[in-house]
Amino acid sequence: MPWLLRRLLGVVPTLFITWTIVFAVLQFIPGDPVMLALGGTPASDEVIRNERARLGLDRPIHEQYLTFLRKMATGDLGTSYQQRQPVARIIAEQLPHSAALAAGGLLVGLILGVALGIFAGVRPHGWADTATMSLALIGVSLPSFWIGMMLIYVFGTMLEWVPILGDGIDALILPSITVGLFLAGGLARMIRSAIIETMSQDYIRTAHAKGLSAFRIVAKHAMRNAVIPPITLLGVQFAFLIGGAVVTERVFARQGLGTLLIEAVLTKDVPLVQGLVVYTTSAYIIVNLLIDMLYGVVDPRIRAARA
Amino acid sequence: MSAAIALLPPRSNLARVLGTPGAAAGVAVLILLVLGAVFAPLIAPFDPVATRVCPRLAPPSAANLFGCDLFGRDILSRILHGGRYSLSVGLLTVAISLIAGTLIGMTIAFLGGRVDSIGTRFIDVMLGFPPIVLAILIVAVLGVGAFNAALAVGISGVPRFARVVRSATLSLVGREFVESARAVGASQGRILRRHLLPNLVPVLIVLASLDLGTAILSTATLSFLGLGAQPPTPEWGAMLNAGREFMRYAPWTMIFPGLVLFLAVMSVNLVGDRLSHVLDPRASGHV
Repeated sequence: MPWLLRRLLGVVPTLFITWTIVFAVLQFIPGDPVMLALGGTPASDEVIRNERARLGLDRPIHEQYLTFLRKMATGDLGTSYQQRQPVARIIAEQLPHSAALAAGGLLVGLILGVALGIFAGVRPHGWADTATMSLALIGVSLPSFWIGMMLIYVFGTMLEWVPILGDGIDALILPSITVGLFLAGGLARMIRSAIIETMSQDYIRTAHAKGLSAFRIVAKHAMRNAVIPPITLLGVQFAFLIGGAVVTERVFARQGLGTLLIEAVLTKDVPLVQGLVVYTTSAYIIVNLLIDMLYGVVDPRIRAARA
Repeated sequence: MSAAIALLPPRSNLARVLGTPGAAAGVAVLILLVLGAVFAPLIAPFDPVATRVCPRLAPPSAANLFGCDLFGRDILSRILHGGRYSLSVGLLTVAISLIAGTLIGMTIAFLGGRVDSIGTRFIDVMLGFPPIVLAILIVAVLGVGAFNAALAVGISGVPRFARVVRSATLSLVGREFVESARAVGASQGRILRRHLLPNLVPVLIVLASLDLGTAILSTATLSFLGLGAQPPTPEWGAMLNAGREFMRYAPWTMIFPGLVLFLAVMSVNLVGDRLSHVLDPRASGHV
């Protein structure tokens, strides 16, 4: 079987297990779903019975489970208890806000992470390396909600360089830095070790012997080979990007999927919680699939091995 | 004699843990924070939940070094007491991940075959949940609160531990000392407890110390999101959440709790980093 097909088919059981976990976990949510759906208003027995039937809760659990799987697979995420709208539509409305933040954060994280990683990696154990790695350690230790607030205070309130609120592109600067710092620390460490490893390879010595400039060696010969492990990390970091967004959205009082998730949990809006978790985890699985495919593009050796 | 002794660095090398300025600074800050938390009732100048001990949102002064919050509570006293929550909750969280992750990881690696392949698959899927999303999902089921938040973060860390422990166990089960234990008729439980577990100790120490910083940060994050410790509990994340609304007029309500949280996580990470250098069998030249 071709590699791509095998990899695509491999996603199916992963999605299946993920959805099963979400379904199973949410069975334990306290409170009667019917009462939650009715929003706590007193209702006659008949109304409750009808509501139970409408939600499909009168059927046995295995039927509910199969219905759930079928609905998830067809993209039907149910209806929100609170907003009385399809969950899929609510998510689609909020997605652009989160996507913009994720893109901004990724951009800042990549630029900082790659620059610091190379800076540290080309001369391991030198002063630049020590300084950069200390910075990276600070980066992974900083509570992102705190650094977000500090950025608002220093650049928004004290210096008034950037707007704090709003939907424009300049209101995205500080949130992007907040998310980006979160990513940069881990990325810089990984790029550093990847660079150190590639710089000791024979082909780098050959490049030196040919008399190539140091910049050319790093940019053309080392980076291309050092980039694979960080790409993998980026896939893993996508999960943290979602997590970072939850916190950053709250700090900057932004709309988005994170804010939506917190509200859904606090109001016990089960379909919305379920839909958001299914959506984010499925997105994570698919992003990692895309990254896997990207390896072949970046590295001809991997392409050859898969053919 | 168990092979664990060969894996663990000699006792004299304990000094090596403090060998770098960073790690020494980390240990020093950590000791200060722990002492502050332990002796908070004795050294805190005010009751952490008593209101109107100073003017509302009063800036830092000689009487209230870190200023006062909206309800006229002394922020320094709250931070000292908050350490009791944040640090112990962090430890509890790591303990949950460590114990459950070790049990699961060792068991599936030791049983091998189908159990291992299904278990690994399951762990991989669990790792696909963004940790904070998984924790929030668990809080949704357990309900909001400091203990539930710790439980949620602890559970969401289990797959991470299980995966590392599984591969560490796999690298041991083929070794001669396990073979010989089998040959002399040791039961499976005995092999797991007496032969495999002691050899995993260095890995577990490194894993736990590297995870503690994340654990403290994650539980504080849940409190910040309003899903963990609730007011008036003096927990650092919850204090930051309360300070969020007044940061423009009273930035000290968020600067100091955040700074202490950062110092705690940073010092734990510095020590963890150093421990992993010292205890990693490859780095120290053992094995």
